[in-house]
Amino acid sequence: MKHNESPQMRLTVEALSARRGEDLIFKDVSFTLSAGESLILTGRNGSGKSTLLRAVAGLLRPESGRVTWESDGAEPGTRASEACHYLGHRNAMKAELSVRENLEFWQNFVGDFAGGRGMTVTGAADAVGLSGITHLPFGYLSAGQQRRMAFAKLLVAWRPVWILDEPTAALDVSAESVFTALIKDHLGHDGIVLAATHQPLGLENAQELKMTGFAGVMESMW
Amino acid sequence: MIALLLRDLKLSVRAGGGALIGVLFFTTVVAVIPFGVGPDLNLLSRIGPAIVWIGALLSALLGLDRMFQTDREDGSLDLILMQEHPLALTVLVKCLAHWLGNGLPLVIASPLLGLFMNMDEVAIGATMLTLLVGTPALTFIGAVGAAVAVALPRGGLLVSILVLPLAIPVLIFGVSASYAAVQDPAPFMPPFLILVAITMFFAVLGPLGAALALRNAGD
Repeated sequence: MKHNESPQMRLTVEALSARRGEDLIFKDVSFTLSAGESLILTGRNGSGKSTLLRAVAGLLRPESGRVTWESDGAEPGTRASEACHYLGHRNAMKAELSVRENLEFWQNFVGDFAGGRGMTVTGAADAVGLSGITHLPFGYLSAGQQRRMAFAKLLVAWRPVWILDEPTAALDVSAESVFTALIKDHLGHDGIVLAATHQPLGLENAQELKMTGFAGVMESMW
Repeated sequence: MIALLLRDLKLSVRAGGGALIGVLFFTTVVAVIPFGVGPDLNLLSRIGPAIVWIGALLSALLGLDRMFQTDREDGSLDLILMQEHPLALTVLVKCLAHWLGNGLPLVIASPLLGLFMNMDEVAIGATMLTLLVGTPALTFIGAVGAAVAVALPRGGLLVSILVLPLAIPVLIFGVSASYAAVQDPAPFMPPFLILVAITMFFAVLGPLGAALALRNAGD
């Protein structure tokens, strides 16, 4: 995909290393992602994909290295995590609240990052194919529906970077294609996607980073 | 921030929120005292303010461990940590929501329990006022304990033990101000103002400490 007037934005990861207990899980990982680019992390279970994503999201203090964010709208000194949406293994939704209350809360609390606007709650529920059930408590939904609604959370507030940890876990084939379409749409709007996954997401021009665990990584280009 | 306050309030009154549990526990603790002590009305009214304060303290400790743990279990805490809002401010808002959901009901229930203890109107009023001023301090102190123990699967008891020594001054000045209102020679204002000062002190220090602990709790 070629963007002639794409905004200047760059997520830079420099020489990042992280440790779990005694062992270095990965060492000196560096990459740069600009508008419309994506990076897919692959590797066995336990190879450090989630650890790397958490370190980029600022949730895990790295052993060394740093993550920086630059863009037109952002003030200098903006932490990289403020430009990111993080979809982890857990959905970050309250079972006691209705889907609408959950999504409205995240929409208000997270707010839009400079340079974009999120969808309405109804629009986001529609985009993940579950527009009719926003009045139900989140706990009543099936695991796949919950995952879809957790994904809708990314749509209600604009963030240039999406960090996705196994986004397609617990999903059927149609939901996978919905997610792939949404991710492509995000990249088309000059977003950046950083995802750990086992299923191929079918993205063109995606860089791949193969994690081997215990301080080994190999980089390749699709 | 308002959204966070409203969400936490909604959660505290919905199923499993625990706002009512605290009040029920408070009622139970205070209601069994007259049965244990016996029908000596003078004795009851003399120990009344202290018993109501101790009951409130224990009930306030009861719900503290869930302050951040539920958010951690469902992954919300990760997202809260990533935002640009200052974390200490976020924690302050969570403390306010926790106090409105768990502390304020105790204050509102205290006059009824004062009647159980045969306290007169002045003593009931003074106890309610000191609880209103003092229970926020318990929440702010508790936030630090809850943040330290957030990653532990059964941190409930640990939080209570961590928090209790710091909560003792609140109890001492709360009870002495309540007694000062009914016993003539003792002045009411000095212990009451110290109680206010403790609450304001921990309103600043508690969220800062809790924010620091949450930042470092990352796994």
